[in-house]
Amino acid sequence: MNSLFKISGALILLLAGGLAYAAGDIGQMDKQETNWVAIALFSAFVVITLWITKWAAARTKSAADFYNAGGGITGFQNGLAIAGDYMSAASFLGISAMVMGVGYDGIIYSIGFLVGWPVITFLMAERLRNLGKFTFADVAGYRFKQGPIRTFAASGTLVTVAFYLIAQMVGAGQLIKLLFGLDYWIAVVIVGALMMVYVLFGGMTATTWVQIIKACMLLGGVSFMAFTIMAHYGFSLEALFADAVKVKTAVASAAGKSPEEAAKIGGSVMRPGGFISDPISAISFGMALMFGTAGLPHILMRFFTVPSAKEARKSVLWATTWIGYFYILIFIIGFGAITMVLTNPEMADVAKGVIKGGAGTANMAAVLVAKSVGGNILFGFISAVAFATILAVVAGLTLSGASAVSHDLYATVFKHGKADSKSELRVSRITTICLGIVAVVLGIAFEKQNIAFMVALAFAVAASANFPVLFMSVLWKNCTTRGAVIGGFLGLISSVGLTIVSPAVWVSVLGHPAGSAWFPYASPALFSMTIGFVGVWFFSITDTSAQAAKERELFAIQQVRSETGLGASGASGH
Amino acid sequence: MTDPMVARIQANPKYKELRKRRNKLGWTLSILMLIVYYGYISLIAWDKAFLSIPIGKGVTTIGVPIGFGVIIFTILITLYYVNHANKEFDGLTAEILKEESK
Repeated sequence: MNSLFKISGALILLLAGGLAYAAGDIGQMDKQETNWVAIALFSAFVVITLWITKWAAARTKSAADFYNAGGGITGFQNGLAIAGDYMSAASFLGISAMVMGVGYDGIIYSIGFLVGWPVITFLMAERLRNLGKFTFADVAGYRFKQGPIRTFAASGTLVTVAFYLIAQMVGAGQLIKLLFGLDYWIAVVIVGALMMVYVLFGGMTATTWVQIIKACMLLGGVSFMAFTIMAHYGFSLEALFADAVKVKTAVASAAGKSPEEAAKIGGSVMRPGGFISDPISAISFGMALMFGTAGLPHILMRFFTVPSAKEARKSVLWATTWIGYFYILIFIIGFGAITMVLTNPEMADVAKGVIKGGAGTANMAAVLVAKSVGGNILFGFISAVAFATILAVVAGLTLSGASAVSHDLYATVFKHGKADSKSELRVSRITTICLGIVAVVLGIAFEKQNIAFMVALAFAVAASANFPVLFMSVLWKNCTTRGAVIGGFLGLISSVGLTIVSPAVWVSVLGHPAGSAWFPYASPALFSMTIGFVGVWFFSITDTSAQAAKERELFAIQQVRSETGLGASGASGH
Repeated sequence: MTDPMVARIQANPKYKELRKRRNKLGWTLSILMLIVYYGYISLIAWDKAFLSIPIGKGVTTIGVPIGFGVIIFTILITLYYVNHANKEFDGLTAEILKEESK
């Protein structure tokens, strides 16, 4: 595994070389000085994680090690890793930017990301653990005809992973361009290369530890920031909010509003605003977030890394706790950005109330708060954390995409379950490289696009395709292969299709005139999830084949196993 | 794993008890969570004015404690289920498996 160190050396050289190159080519958006603290801290993170990857590589011998770290992760560790997988840069930077911009609506958005967890715990977590082995298709396809159900599951996984991955890559490129003064494409290539190294050599073990370390760094960083902000306001939220309202009012006054209007606009940061404009969009978006969480393949996969149902439950409890804690702090940090960043002429255009540097700089809110409260050291640390955050998330996504291809498509569909562990592992690694290259290419191709819709789309697909199939196959006796596959694909196609003709893509991305979008709502989930569920139901009950009868009969075995853990794959997997 | 074992477990009164208790708790709490979340979303969709009422003389609105409340409720309801399941259901499951694998 010496090659690992050669790769890490090459990456650091690339980083330094890119910097020298970028120094002569400072564009409008990347006026940041070379951030040596951030680079040093990030390099330290890279060295530590590569060292862990080297250690994990020695333990990644079988396909099982690659997919689920041999099932030997504890509930607490897995909880942190789930949190590390879930608290993406979109959450960290995007929600703090959203709170800075519009205030209260940020919390509505973050709550949506949290409320799926209890439902996963109550209805799915232990059943997933008891039935599953490596991918969610193991669970959904437990009693079904393997070819079709796995083809569906792999499609659902790859579509979800692709959109989520592109969003992360584009975010990474833009962020690193701002933070480190690197060119966009270099940043994307570094993220792609590191992610490939983690997943290729270290599989699930390395990915898990990258996620755990990242979660600890992120939680530590945001705790310190929120604590410092609160200390500044004598631990009074009211004082913080009052100051934020004052800042926003001053901005509105400067824009030429009358005092009453300005006061109203200023006070709007404390009120729900335009984020949820109509009830249908509100409920639809809420459903996408809530049930999408239960259908995200890279999250579902984490349940197979723990040895028992009990540890699976503990994982979700820890994950929910950390994620909830994180969102409360992000809300505080977003308000801190209003009072500390938007009032600082070095960082912001104070009169306009925006961060300097043009489009996309709002995402700098959290890192600039770090600079305000902790100087260059904390700025460097939080920048490094943001980079690490993206790495941890893309590694998890890539791993789940690679598993879907190697375990579901290659081993089961093409080799009919006769693939040996070694060749399965080889296919996983080839897929990892392919996914890495595709992610880098698409990340570069989508540089100028508005990526906000992509994470929402990933959740909508997960909620409309993966979740109904998983839910019905585990809990409903009459579900059959035909129902699951047709219903699942209907949910998949309708969620993607409706998103394309919704304003977020039709108007914002494809450039059609405003108001011409055929589908007017913010999220397709209310409709596409219904289509998915009705599809599964209808094509199951009308399925009278002998195969269907056999599948219904097998439900008893599946049920007993899912509820008692009888015969569930144990911790070893060796 | 053999069918007779599955049939024996299915016939075991303790398994029926486990299923009944777990399903009841799981679905009750799930529905509770759905009510809380969609109640909150409905408030935002239909009655923004309510969430915009300031608390006392300050700028903080009722929406803030309600929003934080939903987050804390989410954590507590999960804690309640996990505690319950780890104590009660796992013990029962272990008993069933022990009895039937003799």
